[in-house]
Amino acid sequence: MSKDNTVFIGKNKSFWERNRRSEGYLLKRRSGQIALSVIRALLMFGLCFMIIQPMLTRLSMSFMEERDLYDSTIILLPRHVTLDNYRIVADLTSFPTSMLNTLWISLLISACQVVAATLVAYGFARFDFPLKKFWFGCVVALIIIPPQTIQTSLYMTFANFDILGLITLIKGSTINLRSSILPYVLMSLTCVGLKNGLFIYMLRQYFRSVPESLEEAAYVDGCSTMHTFVKIMLPDAMPTIASCFLFSFVWQWTDLFYSRNFLSGYTLYSVQLSTIVSRMSRYFSDNANQSIVVPNGRQLQLISIGVLICCIPLIILYCFTQRTFVESLAMTGSKE
Amino acid sequence: MSGKSRKSIFASIAEAVQMYIPGTKVYHTMPARRARIGTLFILPFIIGFIFFMVQPLIFSFQMSLHEVKLRAGGGFEMVWNNYHNYNYALFRDPDFNQDLLTESGRMVVNTIATLVMSFVIAVILNQKFKGRIICRVIFFLPVILSSGVLPGIESSNEFYNMMGDIANNVQNSSGVNISASLQQLLQVSGVGSGVFDVIFQMIDAIYDIVMASGIQIIIFLSGLQSISPSLYEAADVEGCSAWESFWKITFPMVSPLLLVNCIYTIIDFFMKNDNSVVELINSTMYGVQLNFGVASAMSWIYFGVALLFIAISTFIITRVVKSYE
Repeated sequence: MSKDNTVFIGKNKSFWERNRRSEGYLLKRRSGQIALSVIRALLMFGLCFMIIQPMLTRLSMSFMEERDLYDSTIILLPRHVTLDNYRIVADLTSFPTSMLNTLWISLLISACQVVAATLVAYGFARFDFPLKKFWFGCVVALIIIPPQTIQTSLYMTFANFDILGLITLIKGSTINLRSSILPYVLMSLTCVGLKNGLFIYMLRQYFRSVPESLEEAAYVDGCSTMHTFVKIMLPDAMPTIASCFLFSFVWQWTDLFYSRNFLSGYTLYSVQLSTIVSRMSRYFSDNANQSIVVPNGRQLQLISIGVLICCIPLIILYCFTQRTFVESLAMTGSKE
Repeated sequence: MSGKSRKSIFASIAEAVQMYIPGTKVYHTMPARRARIGTLFILPFIIGFIFFMVQPLIFSFQMSLHEVKLRAGGGFEMVWNNYHNYNYALFRDPDFNQDLLTESGRMVVNTIATLVMSFVIAVILNQKFKGRIICRVIFFLPVILSSGVLPGIESSNEFYNMMGDIANNVQNSSGVNISASLQQLLQVSGVGSGVFDVIFQMIDAIYDIVMASGIQIIIFLSGLQSISPSLYEAADVEGCSAWESFWKITFPMVSPLLLVNCIYTIIDFFMKNDNSVVELINSTMYGVQLNFGVASAMSWIYFGVALLFIAISTFIITRVVKSYE
């Protein structure tokens, strides 16, 4: 706005004076703005509340004693506070072991996935080679094909594992790899693990956005290809790689599909959680030395606590790294 | 590259092969060297794709055409059974075709609602207002909270479903349920009910929809942030209202991302654990009969349906987006 304009309208004049001079336009505009922001605030609050509310309900429910559950006068605040429920759920899901297993397996798997995906993405983004389009089409296919389709045959393949008949030749029979972590690590290292195609896609999108002149300069100065990749491309790509790692970690943490199929030899928290109901009645009947049908309300409470225990580490992680999660993904997604 | 494209296919294939064979003329050129290094970089993917994707896919397709019998000492044999598995899955199995139909219907409604919802939220989050960062943090929480085992674990509890039904009934009778009473009102006043049924279905499923739209919001938001502000400025100077500039600038600029989001939503929906078809496939496979043949036939049909939906939506969206360009 030019200077004389401000003088003309005058900051010190009252709102109504200015409104009169603009022939009602100011009032219309201002009230429109206010209405918009009120509606926006209501909408945002409502939606945010809807996302958080189940977690809060679970939290308050987790401290209730069993009799509080059936008391219709109690809605959110427990009357008899107890931490016993947490102990029960920890027992039911063999807590420390399963959590630690989940932790190291998630770390291992997501590290494998990210390393492989970074290499492949760089290859796709920066090199021209025969059949490049075809292979990238395969990456898209990898994203689209639901793992359920190949679930059966992967199960059979690893249950009767054999490399071109070599193992049968040496040992006389195929080996069962179903309870070992090896197949899954192999799959992650070769980019066919959990949502791995997506990571390749994201990282490729990032590498394409880096100006090529950087690498050319490095090449002119006598930097080898591998050296360029490690010294020049990787440090800049760290935020994107970190966000891929975080996604991979979180998805692996809560994953049920691959855990159930390929990691049945390990007690994982997600698998424990999915079968918690079947173990509940046995747990309670062992305590009282007789068979007890666990009431449904109680079941629901214990499941909620299980979900809570599963989520809390992730939410804490998310709070510290939300910038990495959101911003760098927003950066990579920008070009289609 | 443009000069090379005129060559015949055979010549380019020959050249591509020569890139990998030492001693040939092409081998020592710079493009050939780059090509070899590039291939080396994506080698893990090639190996993985062939051994853990293509091979199992072929194997699973074979299984879907055969009857798979497990031998007692481990191992299995396959007997050709003349498309019986597909026949069984589609026409004989009591649940499969019904589940497939309901899930597909739910998928269409949910996908459209998710796209609209995530677009609206992304537009709002892109504006400047107080508490915007907190809102963002909360809206992306579903990426964590709705992954893997977490959704559906509570709805698998009978009590939960029972309570849901009771709550619905109570609300319907006392008129507290706004959407239901509004629906009744509209029906009484004679407004066509078919469309409204779908809309009310969306409103009732809003929690599921918001929980499923974390990634989509991020993708739309990134698209919105890449629009240069000078476009809006120019439109503003020319006397364009906010409403007009939304339809003339924002929407066309973001619409290419619509396709990505649409495909992502469809895939995400088809792979969810609380999907009844996935549950059925799992129970057929690991259940009492260990019916691998039928299970793989089911998952192939399922995959085919997913692919069909992706193809249809791609077709529609590319048409719609093109008209804006």
